[in-house]
Amino acid sequence: MSGFLAVLRRDLRLALSGGGEMLTLVLFFIIVGAITPFAVGPDRALLARIAPGVIWIAAFLAMLLGLDRLLRPDRDDGTLALYRRADAPLAAVLFAKVIAHWLTSALPLILAAPFLALILGMDMEAFWRTLLSLLLGTPALAAFGTFGAAITVAVRRGGLLAPILIAPLCVPVLIFGVGAIAPLGGPDQASAALLLLAALSLMATALSPFAAALAIDWGEE
Amino acid sequence: MNSDGINDAPKMSWWNRLAHPGQFLIWTRPLVWPLVALTAALFAIGLWFAFFNSPADYQMGDTVRIMYVHVPTAWLSQFVYGTMAVSALGTLVWRHPMADVSMKAAAPLGAVFTALALFTGSMWGRPTWGTFWEWDGRMTSTLILLFLYLGLVALWRAFDDQLRAARVIAIFTLVGAVNVPIIKFSVDWWSTLHQPASVFTAEGPKMPGSLLTPLFVMFFAFTFLFITLQLVSMHTEVRRRRVMTLERKLARGDAA
Repeated sequence: MSGFLAVLRRDLRLALSGGGEMLTLVLFFIIVGAITPFAVGPDRALLARIAPGVIWIAAFLAMLLGLDRLLRPDRDDGTLALYRRADAPLAAVLFAKVIAHWLTSALPLILAAPFLALILGMDMEAFWRTLLSLLLGTPALAAFGTFGAAITVAVRRGGLLAPILIAPLCVPVLIFGVGAIAPLGGPDQASAALLLLAALSLMATALSPFAAALAIDWGEE
Repeated sequence: MNSDGINDAPKMSWWNRLAHPGQFLIWTRPLVWPLVALTAALFAIGLWFAFFNSPADYQMGDTVRIMYVHVPTAWLSQFVYGTMAVSALGTLVWRHPMADVSMKAAAPLGAVFTALALFTGSMWGRPTWGTFWEWDGRMTSTLILLFLYLGLVALWRAFDDQLRAARVIAIFTLVGAVNVPIIKFSVDWWSTLHQPASVFTAEGPKMPGSLLTPLFVMFFAFTFLFITLQLVSMHTEVRRRRVMTLERKLARGDAA
């Protein structure tokens, strides 16, 4: 347990001190959202309708962008090799990594989402639903992302590979995430989507540390 | 028996003997040409039925003949993933090199069959539904399956060390296999929400025998095509690895 907390504390401290990478990510998220009106036109009704999808795509891209920095620095400076020989099981270390990844790359986006909701002209109801669905869905993105980073950590030129591999697996998260906001089939469909999204996040967060630990163990020996 | 000392290892079980890379080459080599001949014969019969000895559909006309390519490739797009998942289990549980080779050989084949299924599907969709692409549940999940295959091919190409690659990719293949039903479910949930009256109507069991015969033959023709190609590319991969080992030996300067 202490090892788990130590890894978590280390990652958070590194993220908070390390050159404002979190702010860059938030800026990227906002710019993707803010660039959409230039691409589709300033029609307020249209923007309000596609806002949930735009916010989700921006969050999705921003979270995939940071994957290469998730485990590679640890591998390059030898920390990963120490983790593998540590008392705490590798899966626990990676679970701490998932949580740290979520806290440093998903939570800032969720905090910045109100700004995008404002400039895309969402109404209050849709805005609260967006926050809720991001809160429930991004853990799955963080978990899949950590798995993708673990798969490609042994590849030297794996920069773009993890997002390519993980994107198909994240399709259900996007579907249920947007489905929970913009209920095409009525409000009961939206709450069903919210529950499915939560289930997906719980399952992904619970299982992906083990799969990622297996991938690192077998890829490194 | 030969220079790389295949028969030196004493007392192997029949399974080990059959699946040993060198032995595998020896006992499957005589199978390749019969398989090629069988595949060619099945294709000849199937295509003859498909083009000349089956009626045109009363609604779709001659475009129904696209089905004889479309349905078998769509079946293979899933069957090949199953082959890969079973091979991945072989890699993870027994760490068997032939399972690695089978996994690697299947990935590009699966990508090609999936792409063919999508291509023929859109060729068929244009005259019958009036559109090349529709965000229908089955089409969408096949497209995502294609992305998975292409990701796997990219992953194989990115690794230098093939032994490590095999284990890591086996894990990804199995995680993908767990995810495919979830993706399928989510896409179905999503597309039924989008289009209440689906373009797909149940036409499967109502198909007359005159259409079923060529479909059946073509189904086997494509399946045997996959088996043949899989076998040949496994042979190629085993030989490629042997060449790499020899080159490494040569570079070290101890090749006799």
